[in-house]
Amino acid sequence: MPDRKKKPANQRAVLRRVLAYIRPHMPLVALSLLLSLVSVALTLYVPVLVGRAIDCIVAPGVVRFDALVPILKTIAVCVLVTAGAQWLQNELNNRVTYNTVRDIRRDAFAHIQTLPLKYLDAHPTGDIVSRMISDVDTFADGLLMGFTQLFTGVMTILGTLIFMLTLSAPITLVVVLITPLSLFVANFIARRTYDMFRLQTKTRGEQTALIDEAIGEQKLVQAFGHGAQTLSEFDEVNERLRQCSLRATFFSSLTNPCTRFVNAIVYAGVGLTGALAAVSGALTVGGLSSFLSYANQYTKPFNEISGVITELQNALACAGRIFELIDEPSQTPDPKPAKALGEVRGEVALDHVCFSYTPERKLIEDFTLRVRPGQRVAIVGPTGCGKTTLINLLMRFYDVNSGEIRVDGIETREVTRGALRQNIGMVLQDTWLSSGTIRDNIAMGRPDASFEEIVEAAKAAHAHSFIRRLPDGYSTVISESGGQLSQGQKQLLCIARVMLCLPPMLILDEATSSIDTRTELRIQSAFAQMMQGRTSFIVAHRLSTIQSADVILVMRDGHVVEQGTHEELLAHGGFYHQLYESQFAQ
Amino acid sequence: MKKLLVYMKGFGRECVLGPLFKLLEASFELIVPLIVAAIIDRGIPALDRGYIVRMCLWLVALGGVGLLSAVTAQYFAAKAAIGFSARLRHALMEHIGRLGYTELDRIGTSTLVTRMTSDVNQVQTGVNMTLRLLLRSPFVVFGAMIMAFTIDVSCAAIFAGVIAVLCVIVFGIMLVTIPMYRRVQGQLDSVTAATRENLTGVRVVRAFGKEQAQEQRFQKLNRLLTRMQLAVGRVSAAMNPVTYVVINAAVILLIHRGAMRVQLGDLSQGQVVALYNYMSQILVELVKMANLIILLTKAAACGDRIAGVLDVQPGQQEGTLVPAADAPRGRVVFDHVCLTYQGAGAESLTDVSFTAEPGQTIGIIGGTGSGKTTLVNLIPRFYDATRGRVLVDGICVSDMKREALRERIAVVPQKAVLFKGTIRSNLLWGNPEADEEALRRALETAQALDVVAAKPLGLDEPVEQGGRNFSGGQRQRLTIARALVRNPEILILDDSASALDYATDAALRRAIRQMENPPTTFIVSQRAASIRFADLILVLDDGKVVGMGTHDELLAACPVYQEIYRSQFRQDSAPAAREVTAHA
Repeated sequence: MPDRKKKPANQRAVLRRVLAYIRPHMPLVALSLLLSLVSVALTLYVPVLVGRAIDCIVAPGVVRFDALVPILKTIAVCVLVTAGAQWLQNELNNRVTYNTVRDIRRDAFAHIQTLPLKYLDAHPTGDIVSRMISDVDTFADGLLMGFTQLFTGVMTILGTLIFMLTLSAPITLVVVLITPLSLFVANFIARRTYDMFRLQTKTRGEQTALIDEAIGEQKLVQAFGHGAQTLSEFDEVNERLRQCSLRATFFSSLTNPCTRFVNAIVYAGVGLTGALAAVSGALTVGGLSSFLSYANQYTKPFNEISGVITELQNALACAGRIFELIDEPSQTPDPKPAKALGEVRGEVALDHVCFSYTPERKLIEDFTLRVRPGQRVAIVGPTGCGKTTLINLLMRFYDVNSGEIRVDGIETREVTRGALRQNIGMVLQDTWLSSGTIRDNIAMGRPDASFEEIVEAAKAAHAHSFIRRLPDGYSTVISESGGQLSQGQKQLLCIARVMLCLPPMLILDEATSSIDTRTELRIQSAFAQMMQGRTSFIVAHRLSTIQSADVILVMRDGHVVEQGTHEELLAHGGFYHQLYESQFAQ
Repeated sequence: MKKLLVYMKGFGRECVLGPLFKLLEASFELIVPLIVAAIIDRGIPALDRGYIVRMCLWLVALGGVGLLSAVTAQYFAAKAAIGFSARLRHALMEHIGRLGYTELDRIGTSTLVTRMTSDVNQVQTGVNMTLRLLLRSPFVVFGAMIMAFTIDVSCAAIFAGVIAVLCVIVFGIMLVTIPMYRRVQGQLDSVTAATRENLTGVRVVRAFGKEQAQEQRFQKLNRLLTRMQLAVGRVSAAMNPVTYVVINAAVILLIHRGAMRVQLGDLSQGQVVALYNYMSQILVELVKMANLIILLTKAAACGDRIAGVLDVQPGQQEGTLVPAADAPRGRVVFDHVCLTYQGAGAESLTDVSFTAEPGQTIGIIGGTGSGKTTLVNLIPRFYDATRGRVLVDGICVSDMKREALRERIAVVPQKAVLFKGTIRSNLLWGNPEADEEALRRALETAQALDVVAAKPLGLDEPVEQGGRNFSGGQRQRLTIARALVRNPEILILDDSASALDYATDAALRRAIRQMENPPTTFIVSQRAASIRFADLILVLDDGKVVGMGTHDELLAACPVYQEIYRSQFRQDSAPAAREVTAHA
């Protein structure tokens, strides 16, 4: 079975990645190890002391109090030191774990910033969020358990062996011979459950995506009375999750009882050989007591370790999913050294551009366009003709398959994306605001803008009057995706955002679709002013707003079928004419 | 947390059997020190090897029976815990489905998603562990104490004291950490929200080159989360060392007291060993219990948050009336309707009155934030009017059965959202019973036939989450088709044609009018052209109706409408204006 062979290898790779994350915290790990050494040694020493104490209590009248009291005092000191060491160790382990998790989340988030939109557009938000949040959480739990119990466990096993050897070699041999059984059982179960955990994690991701959708669009679900249907779809996934969770949980929970049984055998073995040794006088009763206590302590870590191993399996499965995200190839990196764009005049050229989202379906083919600085380009055409795609390309959200896009004669792939985008102001149909204050949102493109400038931009976008009426004015905090604002108000804020930066090129996608025409009329003048001397690409359906464009691109099925001014195109009597005529069709 | 217990119903058998078998296993473990004591006090002094071997075989047998009990217990525990969480998720989903728009606005969707995912998982682990260990650990602790009493009452007093002290410590730490864990979870919510926001706004973030800023913001939240986790970890990390100290103090006392009792001849050496072994068992169990309690405090915090969602009561009372069969189909009356949103300072809609007759087209136009969407949202009773009445087919919407009301109405919202599935599955949202022909007709009316035709799999073309594999305009037409599949009495187009070009928009309106049973259609729009031919046009301004009538009437008498109209048809020379005149 090649599949089974591959999995452990994957696991090892994941483990290596995890270790790499822990590396910066190595001093803490080392200290934690040292402390665990101290606490384990002392913990093991206590039973020896107790055994000696018990040997002082032989029979009525023969209890040696003079020897007993100092032993008890030593025990007290050992216990206090152990407790201190344990606490400190816990603190260190917490630090290492939570800092590691913080680093992984940070890297995952940072990586998302570099992922191509192609990936983000194709993967449900809920799935990515689930990787970033709940998978990382599960991983943290596993890692913490690993730290607190794995080291101590291993140390305890080694320490116990040494202490036992000093007490009696033959009995130690009995212990050593039986315990591999415990390891074998634990390992057997862990291997069997790994796949079950993976399935559980996968199903959980599927369910999260469904929940995300159903709850995110709950209003729509309700409007269509679709609740029952959604619930039954949900129930189907829920049931599958229940089944695979039950399997994973039950089978992994077998580890503990099984190893405990092996421990019982070890304990009985020690009891038998120890008692027989005591009968022949090779061991004292106190020694037997220490031994039995060791047999417990020696096997307990095996219990824990096997528990930890199942937990780690689960953690690794989750870590695997996070690394999958982190390993997702980034967009092609910005060139180094990148060409500088400098003061952009706004000359845009598209040369034989070909692009498609999927190889099977061709979209834009051999598209050439020249735009002089300051020109206004209007893109029109029926819905779905590729207007949004053009924006994706201009902004380099997607890269062309072949051909070139140049700004001021410089191929855009030779400059950094940041430099390119800095020179383009964009207002999209999908209004998006970040949670924070209105002020922060407007100042998004220029965080250093003064309050006066912000108000100025808001006024220019005709957002000032409604902002003023909000409870806290410019300091009003808007929540997740601007919940309490109307679609139009959000769009006004998006416009104000661009108004503040005034980059040399503009992309306006349906920028005014949610703004009433009265308001629009008022901002038209501001827009006109903004577009003055700026190369602008406007995707709009309101023909009246683009009549004044310098070039109109008429798109259809990914191709530019006509190109020219309003008058030229009307006179031409082609597709544009048809579109225009239909504007007032009954 | 208690509230959630109802979802354990039906798992009674598992909840009893799981812990019961666990107790069985524990009782076998409690016998072990007695057997060891017997070996020391009887087997070794008597040099009876056969006795020792027999006793050790008993130890193995006890282990074997323990294993069987434990496996049974684990099965029942897992079954109950997982069944419970599945049911809890179902209940949450169902409950959220019952909440009104007002409640959804207040709670926010990302919170709901965390509740349903990671919170439920935590609670599941909590329940599982509770069933496995919560009874077992106290049982072993108290069992050990009782066994100690059977050996020697005066030494057993130490056990009683220790257990009391440990209870104080354990509950004390719990009391401190529970609220801390709750805050950690709240912070995790913020981290989730930041991640989600970054993903949904990725285009804007990148356009503004805000990747770094987003990262910094996320890191700030992330770091704060780490700090909070460390703080609570520090407190709960004290549990193990403190219990260790307490137990060993007890061991020292025990040996000292035991030594005196042996000296007096009241106790044997083997019995001291047995007492010591019981004390060790208590320690082992307490460590387990401490870990369990940490886990449970987390789970309880999550449970509370889930219960919090379940506690939110739908603000609307379900009505009971159903329109009579001969009632007018699709008549909508607004009678002095006012609406103030929860928590808002001012009315969003003030004194709106009008009547829409069956089959009429009602245009609603007005500035951004003038209350257009609010008005149409009252018809399907997404929100309740704070004053006045909304009547559909002669019945006040708040008295009508919700199902009866909503099945009469189809809404096409501003934001065109499709769901993961296929085109067909999305269309069937409108009406699960619709046949192929009905789907085709709806697509045709919605001008969406070509969208489907362009797809290799036609109606069965997969739709990704949110409909991302379709353009805005395609999505919008499909959402319109979805509404039309319902064959509604009342159709609400809430600025739904904004992504459509004029030609498609016009063709759509024409097609709706030509439907077999044309619905009463509400068109909310910014475009005068879209509502120009409506039977009745409402002009809204700041929540008030400032004009009502046909296009011509309004053009003659309503200044706000005039302004809107002129802003769109300002070029007198344009052929558009000429055409308008021709049609008028």
